[in-house]
Amino acid sequence: MIPASFRYAAPRTVAEAVDLLASHADAKVLAGGHSLLPLMKLRLATPPVLVDINRIPGLDYIREDQQAAQLRVGALARHVDFERSELIRARYPLLWDTARGIGDPLVRNRGTLAGAVAHADPAADWPAALLAANASVVASSPRGDRTIPLTKLYVAILTTSLAEDELITEVRVPLPRPRSGGAYEKLERKVGDYAVIGVGVQIALDEADNVQQAGIGLCNAGSTSIKATPAEAFLVGKPLAPDNINQAAQLAMEASDPLEDDRGPIDYKQAMVAELTRRALRRALARAQGGAA
Amino acid sequence: MTDLEPVARVSITVTVNGQPHSVDVEPRLLLVHLLREDLNLTGTHIGCDTSNCGACTVILDGVPVKSCTVLGVQVDGCSIETVEGLEQNGELHPLQEGFWQEHGLQCGFCTPGMLMVSKALLASNPNPTEADIRRGISGNLCRCTGYVNIVKAIQYGAAKLRGEIAVSTQEAEAAHAG
Repeated sequence: MIPASFRYAAPRTVAEAVDLLASHADAKVLAGGHSLLPLMKLRLATPPVLVDINRIPGLDYIREDQQAAQLRVGALARHVDFERSELIRARYPLLWDTARGIGDPLVRNRGTLAGAVAHADPAADWPAALLAANASVVASSPRGDRTIPLTKLYVAILTTSLAEDELITEVRVPLPRPRSGGAYEKLERKVGDYAVIGVGVQIALDEADNVQQAGIGLCNAGSTSIKATPAEAFLVGKPLAPDNINQAAQLAMEASDPLEDDRGPIDYKQAMVAELTRRALRRALARAQGGAA
Repeated sequence: MTDLEPVARVSITVTVNGQPHSVDVEPRLLLVHLLREDLNLTGTHIGCDTSNCGACTVILDGVPVKSCTVLGVQVDGCSIETVEGLEQNGELHPLQEGFWQEHGLQCGFCTPGMLMVSKALLASNPNPTEADIRRGISGNLCRCTGYVNIVKAIQYGAAKLRGEIAVSTQEAEAAHAG
């Protein structure tokens, strides 16, 4: 299978890249290419212009910025970079879990976090995890940069609120609070398949072990990635006791709207949202309390 | 405003198995087609063509990738290793020897990808556990042997690459019986 013809540019700077996006209608950004190129080979996407950002130096960073109180991830940080990062393993277990379960090792060698965020596939793992983590993106355009919270990014399936000439140059995740922990639970039929359901959780506890902040994101549970806001709000101020975990799982399930497909019927998928939410909350709790895994 | 030329062929230079090549490519040409059709290196196989099976795995600047999901134009200035580069001076690479000794293939279709992904795995992890190997090859599908002998083949190649005397399962069993 061969993609339809397109014009190709490999800019060396972000300014050049966004200028190309601004001057060519329907141009697409090529980062890791592991969502876009398969779609182009199937001719489900036929962009007239590809702007390959892989030659822009300095976009592959994953670093903490204490002043901004954010983890900053450049547009070319690949899934494998998270998997191999000691910083991520030690301080961002939600992101570490997520990276290790994406696609397969070869996909992870190429695919990027920012690309997955921009692609806006509700079946992708990163958006769900990052909604749980209260992440935001930096969108660059010829008009400058603006920061968009992830909750304002997803409009519909494969559709974001980004303008045509905007490029996600950075993804930002708040630094972990003291006594916080996260986990990502993914149910998949086999390596490389999309999740049947995935659930990401990030929690912070106060000194009395009550939940100070909770984030819950759902993958492949609706027509966009879902932030289970009612479940998050329910947990705040409460201990993560079994009854509360069950109630949050119920609320997460009610926030989901999965479709029936060959990964299962609706009621099964809803049950999996609830079960994976329970599992992710228990693991996040153990991690927040300093336990392993 | 930056205006682009109409679709044109792009001149690229790429080093494959140590050999430099200059090729004119259409931007939509996939790396696997560049290797097979422009450079006549047909050892790299096209399996599923949908980024699933890993048969087309090659090593791009040290990193194993699915060559059906990279554009040829993207490898300008890069270095690529394919299965053709494994054998040196008529000697099989230790991993190839391992696949031979351990019956790591039946039809052989997945083998070039398995060899390249395991070469890259051993470069970063010379002494992998069975779990490391299984995780490392989890993006590569074999549809005939199952993975038992492939894992043994990689273990054999790993031992030999570490400078140990590699003993095949068959030899070990014969020695045990004798």
